[in-house]
Amino acid sequence: MDIRSQISMVFHLDKCIGCHTCSIACKNIWTDRKGTEYMWWNNVETKPGTGFPTRWEDQDKYKGGWELVDGELKLKSTSKSKTITNIFHNPTMPTMDDYYEPWSYKYKDLFDAPAGDDQPTAKPISMVTGDYMDIEAGPNWDDDLSGSPIYAENDINLDVLSDEQRDQLFAIERLMMFYFPRICNHCVNPSCVASCPSGALYKRGEDGIVLLDQERCRAWRSCISACPYKKTYYNWNTGKSEKCILCFPRIETGQAPACFHSCVGRIRYLGVLLYDADKIEETAKHPDHELVDAQREMILDPFDENVIREAKKNGISESTLKAAQESPVYKFVKEWGIALPPHVEYRTLPMLFYVPPMLPVMSAQEGDSVRSINEEYFPDFDKARVPIKYLASMFGGGNESHLRYVLKKQSAIRAYRRALTVGDIDVLEAEKALVEADCNPEEADKIYKLTSLCTFEDRFVIPPSHREEAIEMMKDPLEHKQEVGFGFNDSPERGM
Amino acid sequence: MDQFKHILDTFFFAIFPYVTIFTFFMVTIQRYRSKAYTYSSLSSQFLENKQHFWGMVPFHYGIISVLLAHFIWFLVPETVLWWNSIPVRLYVMEVGMFIFGLMTFIGLLNIILRRRNNALAKIVTSKADWVVLGFLTVQVVTGLYTAYFYRWGSSWFAASLTPYLWSVIKFSPDLTYITAMPFMVKAHIVSAYSIILLFPFTRLVHALVVPNPYLWRKSQVVRWNWNRKTIRNPKNNS
Repeated sequence: MDIRSQISMVFHLDKCIGCHTCSIACKNIWTDRKGTEYMWWNNVETKPGTGFPTRWEDQDKYKGGWELVDGELKLKSTSKSKTITNIFHNPTMPTMDDYYEPWSYKYKDLFDAPAGDDQPTAKPISMVTGDYMDIEAGPNWDDDLSGSPIYAENDINLDVLSDEQRDQLFAIERLMMFYFPRICNHCVNPSCVASCPSGALYKRGEDGIVLLDQERCRAWRSCISACPYKKTYYNWNTGKSEKCILCFPRIETGQAPACFHSCVGRIRYLGVLLYDADKIEETAKHPDHELVDAQREMILDPFDENVIREAKKNGISESTLKAAQESPVYKFVKEWGIALPPHVEYRTLPMLFYVPPMLPVMSAQEGDSVRSINEEYFPDFDKARVPIKYLASMFGGGNESHLRYVLKKQSAIRAYRRALTVGDIDVLEAEKALVEADCNPEEADKIYKLTSLCTFEDRFVIPPSHREEAIEMMKDPLEHKQEVGFGFNDSPERGM
Repeated sequence: MDQFKHILDTFFFAIFPYVTIFTFFMVTIQRYRSKAYTYSSLSSQFLENKQHFWGMVPFHYGIISVLLAHFIWFLVPETVLWWNSIPVRLYVMEVGMFIFGLMTFIGLLNIILRRRNNALAKIVTSKADWVVLGFLTVQVVTGLYTAYFYRWGSSWFAASLTPYLWSVIKFSPDLTYITAMPFMVKAHIVSAYSIILLFPFTRLVHALVVPNPYLWRKSQVVRWNWNRKTIRNPKNNS
């Protein structure tokens, strides 16, 4: 066993209200520089929708992630030989057109315009060229199903549905949507890292955060196509790629990343998972429908004595182990099994998990009455407005059973809570339903509390990062303490 | 007049080479040590994707082949002369290399047009880029001219230029063959030295950081903030 610790995340989609506060928090801190204006390390998408960059899930076009060829894991976009031939021109690289051309407005005109009959306007100007431009696309152009015929209908996950199901989905009375906030998944088997010719991308051993060494990046652009989630971005100004750093300077000082911290719906959880690095390859080689289970299998029980012993042997500190035991992510993913990885079929083993949304059940079918919880404890998920197949395509590697499990458990807990608080459901019946959903009153209580009443401390369990030990490798920590902050830094100036 | 020509030849072929090579080594090393950040291919594919293909691909395949040929000529001139001793082989080789030269030229032309005409690509084109493109054009045009108008350019190189280049490397520049060369050949050499001089100050340095280690590294990269060897060593964890 080679036990490693990983800072992992859970996003509870039922709680996301699509406000983009996370995106703005991230943008203000990290991507407000020249060349990064178009980047959204954190973005919120409306599903069904094509996302950002447009149709990023279409791996026939972008060739992101891994594929299984004769039992071997191969990068879809590149290989050692293809790296040589594609280094001059990357055939699957998305360009600015696939994202959008960032713009601002010429606000000065509002002040300088001569007096006249019309109101002065601030014309849009490109943040790349500085010229006037016509705005054609933005980072969330398909927000709240806007432009559905162009965007929502082109969602690649709808391909698993029959034509009839597809048509129904866009009928007015069936219309539905949910939000899908995305950041870098800090994968355990990252394809961006595997594709980087310069070795600039790496995973931090101590916490698994995937970073991109700006000094080593040579703009070969392999990571841009290799990341199936399109979460590495090319800075056209500095000639370097950049990506979400999970706000590691904040994590190292015990604060949650900005997008987590600012989350209005409190949908985000962050904590440590322990996993067995010897099993990475084997895990990623499972067939699509087994991947969710295989990934869960790879995640280890932090209470197991054997795991604790092996973890300590591997240099994982006591404090990290304690954080792993208190990790909300461990509870959601492993104990309760209600958080699922996004597009696990890309085989990068993402370490950001989603609690899939409880989508409204069809009501139009039964006249104008809404199905009452009294009649049935479990709504018929097959009659839900969104076909369960669609959700399974996003969160189950095509395996619908995971989605059924999560939705069943969630609705049983709701019924149980309703029995306790509203009282129009028989508690005993509700408890029976819990058992049927592989749950029990204690677990239901815990899930309810962590979902609804969670504080900062419940949601973010951040272990000390022990950077002082990292310094020890290089120099005397006391000497470092006296010197830190002195010296010179080069500004990130583009080469000539 | 002869006196003046002699001074020019001495400067360009016996002094200038040392200036450029010395600068090349000093500045590339210093730049890598102090400003590794600036070593980048500075790709602009993100901003413009279509013309990019027709510029980058022919240019790079062309110039790498041509440079490799120059290097072989420099290393094993006898083999080249032996190969050229049969006319058919000479023709095949000359035509082949000329095609690579043309590829380079077409690629270069596309690069120049792209950077001139595309509004987005223009934004990331610096003055240094234009200087590089200018010198590369001179280099490629004089090379193609030599290949086309002086029919045994390749044997010439092996028999006359290779000894000169070796004499430069041995720090005793011998200009015997050089002084008699036609203007275009001389221009080609001087422009080559100029490019070596420009090299460390421009984006050309990306050629020095070709990612060959990728071919033999493991697919995943992990950096530790503790020493894995001592921590993983069973002796330290009884």
